[in-house]
Amino acid sequence: MSFEPLLLSAYSTVSALGHGRAAALAALRQGRSGLRPCDYDEAGLDTWIGRVDGVEEVVLPAGLAAFDCRNNRLAALGLESDGFSAAVATARARYGAARIGVFLGTSTSGIEATEQAYRRRGGTDGPLPASFDYRHTHNTFSSADFTRRYLGLAGPALVISTACSSSAKVFAAASRHIRAGWCDAAVVGGVDSLCLTTLYGFNSLELVSHRPCRPWDAARDGISIGEAAGFALLERPAGRDGVALLGYGESSDAYHMSTPHPEGEGALLAMRAALVCAGLEPAQVDYINLHGTATPSNDRAEDRAVTRLFGTAVPCSSTKGWTGHTLGAAGITEAVFGCLAVEHGLMPGSLNTAQIDPQLSAPLLRETVQRPVQVAMSNSFGFGGSNCALILGRQS
Amino acid sequence: MRLHLDSIGLMAPGLPGWEAAQEVLRGERALEGESAPVFRPTLLPPNERRRTTALIKLALQTAEDALARSRYPMAELASVFVSAEGDGEIVDRICTALTLPDRPVSPTHFHNSVHNAPAGYWAIASGSRRFSTSLAAGADSFAAGLLEAAAVAALEQVPVMLLAYDYALPPALAGRGYVDAVFGVALILSADEAPGLAALTLELESGTALPPPLPPELAALAALRAHNPAAAALPLLTALASSASTTMTLPCHDGQTLRIGIER
Repeated sequence: MSFEPLLLSAYSTVSALGHGRAAALAALRQGRSGLRPCDYDEAGLDTWIGRVDGVEEVVLPAGLAAFDCRNNRLAALGLESDGFSAAVATARARYGAARIGVFLGTSTSGIEATEQAYRRRGGTDGPLPASFDYRHTHNTFSSADFTRRYLGLAGPALVISTACSSSAKVFAAASRHIRAGWCDAAVVGGVDSLCLTTLYGFNSLELVSHRPCRPWDAARDGISIGEAAGFALLERPAGRDGVALLGYGESSDAYHMSTPHPEGEGALLAMRAALVCAGLEPAQVDYINLHGTATPSNDRAEDRAVTRLFGTAVPCSSTKGWTGHTLGAAGITEAVFGCLAVEHGLMPGSLNTAQIDPQLSAPLLRETVQRPVQVAMSNSFGFGGSNCALILGRQS
Repeated sequence: MRLHLDSIGLMAPGLPGWEAAQEVLRGERALEGESAPVFRPTLLPPNERRRTTALIKLALQTAEDALARSRYPMAELASVFVSAEGDGEIVDRICTALTLPDRPVSPTHFHNSVHNAPAGYWAIASGSRRFSTSLAAGADSFAAGLLEAAAVAALEQVPVMLLAYDYALPPALAGRGYVDAVFGVALILSADEAPGLAALTLELESGTALPPPLPPELAALAALRAHNPAAAALPLLTALASSASTTMTLPCHDGQTLRIGIER
């Protein structure tokens, strides 16, 4: 049974490029990166980050105050961008609250709240502050719990947390739930926010660059960590036009916890599965948004996988130089770039890439170009060897 | 939606494996040994096992228990890993390290901190490149995972291992989350019309339900259920330990219920 496309009838993005799709599009066209020298908290690391402005000023609705943390504030910004919450309210009136599911991805959820609670305790064995609400802030389900209450939804709800593929895989799970009849429509997306755990954790693995990250560059030396929120409303098209999810593919590397398979075996399986799901041939893909983290090993493995499947025919780019690596929000952030590519006929360039690594052969775009895109693929690969590829295209 | 249940795995205090647990679940033998068992999964080579945590060991040993009686080679299984909390021990270690001078976060702790760490070790151990999803849904995590696993089996036409497991949070976080007890359950499901333990039918309905009651002699397990979302599987496991066909409803996502039919 071939996959019935699902329309993204509304979608939003908040990243270091700004709040909303217009801000992201303007930055892509103007060549303006969202990265800045690290000014998060007192991290004291010599690195660049993709920080979202205005998170600190967000006030959650009074009834949801228990959920207050950086991650859910960022989620609230995403829910209020691009008319998203209003579009969901319209859908809720059509389908009923219990028939709309919520499927979100995150890697670290609201761990910043726990980090701060540990810093405020006396010594290393005193009790954590009584005001610290672990369940509503840091627990992995927090963002979906918050979002379904914020939007007044009562359908199936879950958080997928598979590191950097999290908010790509939500499209697959939501599609299955709709096909299974567990719901009629789905809010999908993801949110991941800056925290010391990821800054110091990736630093301990020597995967953080001291400069703005340079995907596919010969001198690439690691990631720039970013934060982002993004959401999409998935529905059956029912005769409407727009950008649709045409297919998805998922796989596991079964190789190593924090290093991709050197020949990109898992990535290749995920991209192939996405093409089969969409009923498309490789030559029908117009643009690939790479995972492209700018670590030496990711870009090498992904280049192998892409060229094994597509040869050197399909233009591709990594947008990590614009937003940083937004980890659990990378899937939705880059799915949105795929949608913008289809909707506005634009292929983002790989910002900061100066000298393409001669050992890599995927045809990398260094500059943003205006060119029609019928079909875009977006790749997301995570720690633990979790891979997901999405295919987005015009539904008419 | 109709599925076949191929095999069951179980690891909990006093219930070290599905074979041994069935007499307890039928009320034929008293529950003994209520302290947390020590887990020693053999799926991983010793050098990998040393890097794992109690949560990862619990997940893998629960998987091993189900695999021992499964007709599917483990490399053919897709998987859905369900943990309401993830790894509290790792959170505790990282957040403690972040309070110290120079914030010495261990790289091994960091790569074990991802919610899908048990799934990553599973993929390495099993050699399965089939996809794996790690999820959480608070108190309703088991029901949410069962829905996703059923959809995977039925729609992607691949046998799937549902693995729901949670380990008690460390002292600093105890009482603040969903989990203060140890429990792991595995169900291997497929859409094949193959002989297995049972056929399961699943329907998601509106309306609220209370968790089905457990027999009085299983009071200790009923208490466990309040402290570990994976233990929401207990009424299903109790029914599967007997030979009768039955139906039950599990609460799911406030305001919905998951109706499960068991045909023998």
